[in-house]
Amino acid sequence: MGVTTVRVSVFRGDGTGGEMVAYPVPVREGMVVLDAVLWIQANMAPDLAVRWNCKAAKCGSCSAEIDGFPRLMCKSPVSDYGAALGVRPLRTFPVIRDLVTDVSWNYEVNRRIPPFTPSDADAEDPEPWRMRQEDVARVIEFRKCIECFLCQDVCHVLREHDRKDAFSGPRMMIRAASLEMHPRDVLDRRPLLKGEAGIGMCNVTKCCTEVCPEHIHITDNAIIPLKERVADRYFDPLRWAARRLRGS
Amino acid sequence: MDTRTETVDTDVLVIGAGGAGMRAAIAAAGAGARVLVVCKSLLGKAHTVMAEGGMAAALANVAHQDSWEAHFADTMKGGKLLNSWRMALIHAKEAPERVLELERWGAVFDRTASGLVHQRPFGAHTYPRLAHIGDRTGLELIRSLQDRLVHTDAVDVHMEVTVASLLTRDHRVVGALAYRRADGGLVVYTARCVLLATGGAGRIYRITSNSWECTGDGVALAYEAGAELQDCEMVQFHPTGMVWPPGVRGILVTEGVRGEGGVLRNKDGERFMERYDHERMELSARDVVSRAIDAEVTAGRGTPHGGAYLDISHRRADDIRRTLPSMYEQFRTLAGVDITREPMEVAPTIHYFMGGVRVDPETGATSVPGLFAAGEVAGGLHGANRLGGNSLSDLLVFGRRAGEAAAAFALGHPRPGAVDRAQVEREAELLLGPLARPAGESPYRLQAELQDTCTRYAPIIRDEPGLREGLDRVLELREHAARCGTGGPTGRAFNPGWHTAHDLRSMLVSAEALFRCALERKESRGAHARRDYPRADPALGRVNLVVQRTEGGMSLRSVEAEPLPAELTEVISQSFARYTPEEIT
Repeated sequence: MGVTTVRVSVFRGDGTGGEMVAYPVPVREGMVVLDAVLWIQANMAPDLAVRWNCKAAKCGSCSAEIDGFPRLMCKSPVSDYGAALGVRPLRTFPVIRDLVTDVSWNYEVNRRIPPFTPSDADAEDPEPWRMRQEDVARVIEFRKCIECFLCQDVCHVLREHDRKDAFSGPRMMIRAASLEMHPRDVLDRRPLLKGEAGIGMCNVTKCCTEVCPEHIHITDNAIIPLKERVADRYFDPLRWAARRLRGS
Repeated sequence: MDTRTETVDTDVLVIGAGGAGMRAAIAAAGAGARVLVVCKSLLGKAHTVMAEGGMAAALANVAHQDSWEAHFADTMKGGKLLNSWRMALIHAKEAPERVLELERWGAVFDRTASGLVHQRPFGAHTYPRLAHIGDRTGLELIRSLQDRLVHTDAVDVHMEVTVASLLTRDHRVVGALAYRRADGGLVVYTARCVLLATGGAGRIYRITSNSWECTGDGVALAYEAGAELQDCEMVQFHPTGMVWPPGVRGILVTEGVRGEGGVLRNKDGERFMERYDHERMELSARDVVSRAIDAEVTAGRGTPHGGAYLDISHRRADDIRRTLPSMYEQFRTLAGVDITREPMEVAPTIHYFMGGVRVDPETGATSVPGLFAAGEVAGGLHGANRLGGNSLSDLLVFGRRAGEAAAAFALGHPRPGAVDRAQVEREAELLLGPLARPAGESPYRLQAELQDTCTRYAPIIRDEPGLREGLDRVLELREHAARCGTGGPTGRAFNPGWHTAHDLRSMLVSAEALFRCALERKESRGAHARRDYPRADPALGRVNLVVQRTEGGMSLRSVEAEPLPAELTEVISQSFARYTPEEIT
């Protein structure tokens, strides 16, 4: 297959505004959208701002909206799009420049999730821990997350309603699940989940699951089980009565 | 030119937030220092996330015969004895502890039937030795350290900050000049000492498994500050990078594929490793397998796109998807290949720099006071060829040691005096230079030319005329780079053209050192193979080439390595591991 020309439109601008600018890009077989953007950078627009690192779908840096869909640019073959395509920055986060957005909010909410905490006995156990593969397998799925924040971008609580004050977003639910379901973690993060992380805000539309490049079943395997755990603690009538009696 | 700066003070400045940088920061904070980590990208995106196969440590969970002695001997033999034996010894003894510690910090590893950390076989390791989680061990390491780091009170992190130069005073490193990508603001970091954890320089080649960041920044910073470098000719080609389609060329295919039983075949279907290392076959050392694939292609037995076939399809599809999930996904989405049914097409790709900043084995201290280094940026542990899996354990073992030593240095030395404003001005003008020359030579084009030069003139098999030509071209490119401009607009905020102009400065140092050392080493040893000197020269067997900056340019000298003590010579001679075939064919 030879070289064809594809019209690649890229958002150029900053937080105050901008426009889509079209560039004709010669496309070779196997080229991904990130290659096209880097070609534009090297040949037509040397100051075109884009984040990327590994170009192998392992770091989650090159997230963007390609023809309106949140995707990793390094994992999106240009040939999937025909003669023209458009690339915009993630809409849920403030634009710094061109395709680069300010995602620092994600780091702030992540930091508020208490870290892995084993029991004192486990922490002091001089022998290596033994865990069954079946038990670690539950969290392996969540630990695949590459923090591309596509799920955060597509989540309508954050995207349409801009409720970053009330909901930490799907990525943070995955993070919490990876800790809560770790066989050796003993901390109870349900108060956080119910409170400032706002798990109740999620109404299970599964948009996050659809865009996850790691194919993590965010809603089914993380958010719903976490909602159940929260419900068990706070809304189980027997436990509610027990708490009232204990005065806790 | 606006050279205004703001100043931020800390005890230990860590440059780089991959495995080594984060482990060092945690250690330095634990030893009582205030720590500031600056990284070129967002936190958690460092090149370490791409590590796949696992981390080598003689835990002896799978093979009970394994021991630090066996790991030490494998590492030394794999490195053709060019390694710093002290580093190899420390590494082999401390790696198990570091892996178990990571687990206590929340890392999740695959398990054995008895519930211990599982270990997979890997090239040139005598026993199954690599602790792993599927084929994304690097990500697990990064996330576990990241979680620990951001919850360590004495540590602060500045993301997307690029360090331009180290600042020195009275021959001691006292800080760094950097710029913030988000707004282009200049920052002077003042510190009691600086720790480099900036990784390698794979991007000086066109076809590489390395990420955007790997431009040899730490090597250049150390060199400019007067520190010694060593073994810069030792550049590892990983035998298996993707070949087709062209857009993905170079992306890593984990050695874990061969660890899980994958076989290599040429276009005639022959399992050619039989002819190169009949004992270890596909699990021979990386330098051997890379040369074998290269030789097959050169002899006309390559695949349609110039590589070899790597086939794992004889394993059960479910097992492949479980043990190699990201390989399955990578080939499915990027190449349209189902690896449970079809072979992959692979060829060598630039992967790792064994050489780097010369350090004290115990502490990671460089030859300049106040400057430490750990991880890929440091040389010594891996000698002439790194074994798979030894890199992740290197990051943890020497990251921790360098972090502790840097904290001890910081707390044990008086605070340095004020930074030299004249030096700051000079370095700032050098950094901002390309912005004042918007119509200068394109940094992207110069970078591409440098990559072509290294790819063409420092390939798997090298020779004198090629290396000479390569060195001439690098020196010529350096002249051009001094004149390069941003190629357009001169805004400082997230201006990648400007950033590339700076990267280029670093890349040129690594490239020049590579060509100079490769010319000087007139033998074939490990990753350094010479067509004109196809055999190992025993006289060079314990000689490290050391590079340093002088008034007259880059100087080079041979340094005899410290002799191995008798008991370690005995450990090596007792080991079952064979030396890999040395001569090139």
